[in-house]
Amino acid sequence: MTKVDDRLHAVTIEINGARRTIEVPARKLLVQLIRDDLGLTGTHVGCDTSQCGACTVEIDGRAVKSCTVLAVMADGVSITTIEGVSPPGAALDPVQAAFHEHHALQCGFCTPGMIMSVRQLLRTNPDPTEAEIRHGLAGNICRCTGYHNIVRAVEALALKGVER
Amino acid sequence: MNAPAIRYVGQPLRRREDFKFLTGKGRYVDDTKLPGMLHMAVLRSPHAHAEIKCIDITKAAAAPGVRLVLSGKDLAGKIGPIMPNWIIPGSKVPFRPVLAIDRVRFVGECVALVVAEQQAAAYDAVDLIEVDYEPLPAVVDEEAATRNGAPQLHDNVPGNITTIYKVRGGDYQKAAREADQIISLRLVNNRLIPTCMETRCIVADPTPDGTLTVYIGSQVPHMHRRWIAETTGIPEHLLRIVAPDIGGGFGAKMHLYPEDLLCPYLARQLGTPVKWWESRSESHQSTSHGRAHIESIEAAIRNDGTILGMKVETLGNAGAYLSNMASGGPTVNTINFGTGTYEIENYEAISRVVVTNTVPVDAYRGYGRPEAAYIAERTIDAVARHLNLDQVEVRRKNFIQPTDFPHRPYGSAGVMFDSGNYQGCLDKALAAFDYDGRRRERAALLRDGIYRGIGVAAYTHMCGMAPSRRLALSGFDRGGWESARVSIDSSGRATIYSGSMSQGHGHLTSLSQIAADVLQIPIENIDVVQGDTRQVQAGHGTFNSRSMAVGGSSVHVSSERIVAKAKKIAAGMLEVDEKDVAYSAGTFSVPGTDIAAVSFAKVARMAYVGHRLPDGLAPGLDETVFYDPTGMGSPSGVHLAYVEVDAETGIVRVLDYVAVDDVGTLINPLLAAGQIHGGVVQGIAQALYEEVSYDSESGQLLTGSLLDYAVPRAEHVPNITSLFQETPSPTNPIGVKGIGESGSIAAPPCMVHAVLDALSPFGITHLDMPLTPPRVWSAITKARAGADR
Repeated sequence: MTKVDDRLHAVTIEINGARRTIEVPARKLLVQLIRDDLGLTGTHVGCDTSQCGACTVEIDGRAVKSCTVLAVMADGVSITTIEGVSPPGAALDPVQAAFHEHHALQCGFCTPGMIMSVRQLLRTNPDPTEAEIRHGLAGNICRCTGYHNIVRAVEALALKGVER
Repeated sequence: MNAPAIRYVGQPLRRREDFKFLTGKGRYVDDTKLPGMLHMAVLRSPHAHAEIKCIDITKAAAAPGVRLVLSGKDLAGKIGPIMPNWIIPGSKVPFRPVLAIDRVRFVGECVALVVAEQQAAAYDAVDLIEVDYEPLPAVVDEEAATRNGAPQLHDNVPGNITTIYKVRGGDYQKAAREADQIISLRLVNNRLIPTCMETRCIVADPTPDGTLTVYIGSQVPHMHRRWIAETTGIPEHLLRIVAPDIGGGFGAKMHLYPEDLLCPYLARQLGTPVKWWESRSESHQSTSHGRAHIESIEAAIRNDGTILGMKVETLGNAGAYLSNMASGGPTVNTINFGTGTYEIENYEAISRVVVTNTVPVDAYRGYGRPEAAYIAERTIDAVARHLNLDQVEVRRKNFIQPTDFPHRPYGSAGVMFDSGNYQGCLDKALAAFDYDGRRRERAALLRDGIYRGIGVAAYTHMCGMAPSRRLALSGFDRGGWESARVSIDSSGRATIYSGSMSQGHGHLTSLSQIAADVLQIPIENIDVVQGDTRQVQAGHGTFNSRSMAVGGSSVHVSSERIVAKAKKIAAGMLEVDEKDVAYSAGTFSVPGTDIAAVSFAKVARMAYVGHRLPDGLAPGLDETVFYDPTGMGSPSGVHLAYVEVDAETGIVRVLDYVAVDDVGTLINPLLAAGQIHGGVVQGIAQALYEEVSYDSESGQLLTGSLLDYAVPRAEHVPNITSLFQETPSPTNPIGVKGIGESGSIAAPPCMVHAVLDALSPFGITHLDMPLTPPRVWSAITKARAGADR
């Protein structure tokens, strides 16, 4: 058996606008740091093979599955989690509001990651077709909604939806 | 001056529970962090079938951070065995220890455990446990398991058959003699993994005063309290089950699993909280699977498409042990409903429940009814195909008539469909789908070598298993009732304590809608409490699409009692006779008089100060109901699918899907459609993508992670048109029937029929699910080769 290296490494990140330094073992995943060390439990773990997308966060403005990143690799980055999308007291982000309006969530477990991916999709393609929406969300599994109302919510957010 | 009556039922209210989920404030069990909390990890069997020769825990016990290591022998006689909750009379129940003792029977069975200070340390130490196994021959297939010479799993289950169940009505043999033809089918209902996005997770938290709180994502919190008490010896009244937000259930979170017992036991032993979290790959080999049937069917038919009789033989794969409801699914829940929506007087069916070296199989969204609809619908579709009749007209011809409800199919004593109008659903679906136009389009495109197909499926079933006294007959060890307490505070606001358990259904919204209409108060003044056995008086939880029909009815009846009592108090305050008091929109008034009205809030306050209550009336405004239905509601519906098959690749593209469902009165059409969307996509997934694979020799699970098990993504599924027909159920006061399982029941046959329709130019008449590209492509290639010969 190989000996586990439990030495700690200091990682400094900016998370939801606050700068934090945390000491982590080399094998800790970023999602574990977010959930366990920072207590930001809105980011979820739904699988162990980077399939489900429930752990999606924004790293330096890009949606990333935080189970694919070791915590030590995140040193120096800026992270936004679902808790940072609409801070307490602030209005809901348009994506969150559209999810509510179109009943695009049921159990809510995939929702934070899904919202992060929708934000990414609309940043890169503000006016996606339905096919582009469905393809753009291929990294996030939802087992409750059948995706139908998620697609409706994103359509409502697309430029053409706003213009309509 | 009179405000209009408050009416929320039927409105597409946006969900009141959304905000916490949208902002990351949902609280799932894995979010629980307690002081001193230890972590359990489980060593699972790598073998499908093996003797355990010896287990050496020395190295694991000495590893850093490890507090305890246990194997099956350590727990023998202390906790367990794990018993099913539904035992069909005559079943042979295998002995199921919490940790395997001398033999393992499936890949993933719990063999030993480690408790450590950190989760990572627990995982590391699990790898240090040394187990000496003597592998045995394994059997994973339900047909193979019943053959002579098959490996035997349990000494008390000869031939690997735990349960034999028969259903009979009319005289099938006579029908067969009188028939013009007999057609036969063999159907495989593929094994599935329910795949809640939140895996299972448990935290057990002991207190010094002897109580134990168990945080668990349970669809059935009060049932878990009873089962954990009975299996660990912890007195039930000292157990508190807390089910916080649940990331999907679909049936998989309503059973008693080994880990549900281990965490409470260990927490009491160690005097500190113990947590276990299931990884996704663990989930695939430890949380119950679904379906896994083989059906052999005969239909005795006339050449005009009339079905005179049906004969069904079911083999249901239960996996290695009888899980919670496992003997009931392939039996009562399946073959009782094998004739579907059709008037088939002569019916004969037998079901055998078989143990194999696989993960236990149990309830998954519809449990038995998807299998039953698949039997009935594949049969009627085969009749149409065989006789070259229109798939719609054959159904119309054999449907139970709208005037024939309540209806007992094949004269059944146990099955009664309370209401329905299948013809109405069919007509509505055909119109929305543009059936005739699509048929023309299909024929036109076929001339260009484009293969499109239209599928039809009808279904009905029964929801909210009840009444309690009936459940005894089938060996179901629980009641059919649901409990609701409506507690009004001194300001006139309401808290509902409901025994139902939302796992994403939106009960905070839907149960509030039901209560608000009766209480005639704004929905903002109503809160719903579920999932805490220290707060909620009693309950059975959420399964079998029962939450609105039974849970909602209990809220309705309890709210009615509140209003009845409030009216008495109001009459006293108004100094009039109770029968002269009218109540609407939160105001008690005396119509036709100038007596000043009194508000619900003032009446509530009076109930609690008790200063001027009518003689003999106790203070308070708080009512608890145990509502036991007199019967069950029967949702029904007709679904239509339009697909295109790429003949060169075998890829099936779903172009359109229309669902018309009659689920009785709609509480909230927005949430109802959401249930249909999700259920339909799970059904499409069964038909096109998902299948659990085992290696037939080694018994190894080949679909052990989400890399290998094909849960659909957004781009794999179509838009879904969900429409409703409302035929209220006469079996409950709010007329609802149940909705959660409709989609996963109707969609599999609907999809298979659509693909077979597309493949009909090739002469292909049968394929088993899932209709993956290789399977479809092979069938086309084979058919083309045959045509060339």
